[in-house]
Amino acid sequence: MSEITPDTVRHLASLARILVTDAEVEKLAGELAVIVDSVAKVNQAVSKDVVATSHPIPMANVFREDVVRPSLSQSQALSAAPDSAEGRFRVAAILDEE
Amino acid sequence: MSELVYRPASELVALIAKKEVSSVEVTKAFFDRSEKLNPVTNSYLHLNRELALAAANSADEALSRGEVSSPLHGVPIAVKDNLTTTDAPTTSGSKILEGWVPQYDATVVTKLRQGAMPILGKTNLDEFAMGSSTEYSAFGPSKNPWDLDRIPGGSGGGSSSAVSGFLAPVAIGSDTGGSIRFPAAVTGSVGAKPTYGAVSRYGLIALASSLDQIGPVANNVLDTALLQDVISGHDPMDSTSLPNSLGSMAQAVRQADPKGLRVGVVKQLSSDGFQPGVKELFDDTIAKLVAEGVEVVEVDCPSFEYAVAAYYLILPAEASSNLAKFDSVRFGLRVTPEGNPTIERVMAATREAGFGPEVKRRIILGTYALSSGYYDAYYGSAQKVRTLIQQDLNRAFEKVDVLLTPTAPTTAFKIGEKVNDPLAMYLNDIATIPANLAGIPGMSVPNGLAREDGLPSGVQILAPQMQDALMYRVGAIIEKLYLAQWGSPLLTKAPKLEAK
Repeated sequence: MSEITPDTVRHLASLARILVTDAEVEKLAGELAVIVDSVAKVNQAVSKDVVATSHPIPMANVFREDVVRPSLSQSQALSAAPDSAEGRFRVAAILDEE
Repeated sequence: MSELVYRPASELVALIAKKEVSSVEVTKAFFDRSEKLNPVTNSYLHLNRELALAAANSADEALSRGEVSSPLHGVPIAVKDNLTTTDAPTTSGSKILEGWVPQYDATVVTKLRQGAMPILGKTNLDEFAMGSSTEYSAFGPSKNPWDLDRIPGGSGGGSSSAVSGFLAPVAIGSDTGGSIRFPAAVTGSVGAKPTYGAVSRYGLIALASSLDQIGPVANNVLDTALLQDVISGHDPMDSTSLPNSLGSMAQAVRQADPKGLRVGVVKQLSSDGFQPGVKELFDDTIAKLVAEGVEVVEVDCPSFEYAVAAYYLILPAEASSNLAKFDSVRFGLRVTPEGNPTIERVMAATREAGFGPEVKRRIILGTYALSSGYYDAYYGSAQKVRTLIQQDLNRAFEKVDVLLTPTAPTTAFKIGEKVNDPLAMYLNDIATIPANLAGIPGMSVPNGLAREDGLPSGVQILAPQMQDALMYRVGAIIEKLYLAQWGSPLLTKAPKLEAK
């Protein structure tokens, strides 16, 4: 059996920045345990000397000329923001107040 | 003349070119039908009447000046709602993007505009393309025109139901593990996933970047090929875009000759786990090809057994990174909890409210697969399986030109049947996933109605990387054999849709 406990789910959800209720944690722990058990068999298929493939068609050094091209204006870039001020995205405080 | 909406795109484009009918008339015909029937099928999340008619008018004006912009000039099209459009909302089936109008067009959308193809609207999908039924869309499931209680496949069920229900002549889909091919199979339509990189992904809201590929959805092989010709080609905005052209797919379709063809049947995808009627239809397809003198051999792809497992590690891992951009800062939903929350709490509350259960499940699974201590065992091993699958395919393609499998293990299932069983849902893509892991092209072509339930089934054609033209040639051969048997396309047997 996998090691997916409710505490694991709480930790993973916090890493993924998703608020979860206790009921969701219980449900997810059960579902993820089943999924992880079924996908864990990839371990049996491979050995140390198999090379990993991260990309189906290998390409290297895909560069373009370093020239300035038209891009979004500041107001276009900000146009879909939930909140903005002085030409910037406005967000809640980044650090907790002491 | 039979009603315009039932005509193949290849005929519509010819009628428009000869000025026997205008692009405006064709576009209007599809809107009239869509406005009446979309409440029934829920294919579209957004319809674009005024803008599409303006584009159709421009297409007609260009023709009167003698300008032909693409092989589908003047033919309207539906676009999956995970492609960005500057003149229509783009939701990707998620509440987190509800109401968002992007600041730029996807390259494929630009090509449709330049190709004088009016965009009818944006089609439904499972949230962020995670699913195979559209039941995970935040805006309700789409319905299968063959039976409105059943799923039209997913994630591209909006596009498949639009095309098979004649609410659009052609559509754009995206395929990460089967999201074009599975919907095509269960709705009796045609869909192709091109070679990875053949179509630019710029402006496609990424699910798993190393697996995602945009492709064409249509009602027959020639229309599918014509649409791939419109949307493919190198794009400097996508660094994974292939530098070379793969040639004309429409030309390959027109040379549908079975002479000298060698076909492989994958041992691992031809026995267990398939609905009996689906298996019978697949055997029938093979028998038809043998009768045409096609050489058929069984090929062994032992690593396919691990394809679904590898996929459900690689996909969530990539998705968990890609979906980190939905953070309430630059666009989309923002939910601010009470009190004086930090940005971290705003992000967590936004993602809680904006993402549905399957998206949360996959993000958390991906976060697990990538976490320190588990990375090698899960993500690392899955990437090695990917190598083994490519090796299996390379060996198979030394012996045969293409591989054939049933596209889907079953016909369309009932809405609600699998929605609470993620693992059962994942197995819908058992035959389609290997193509995404290996970057090869794959397409689904209808091969009949299963005897148990009278619902459509499809045969999948897999070809080596860059050999999309060969895949289309085989698709056309199979389609021709069935047309000779049926007398008319499979979709003419579908029940007529009635307005609510």
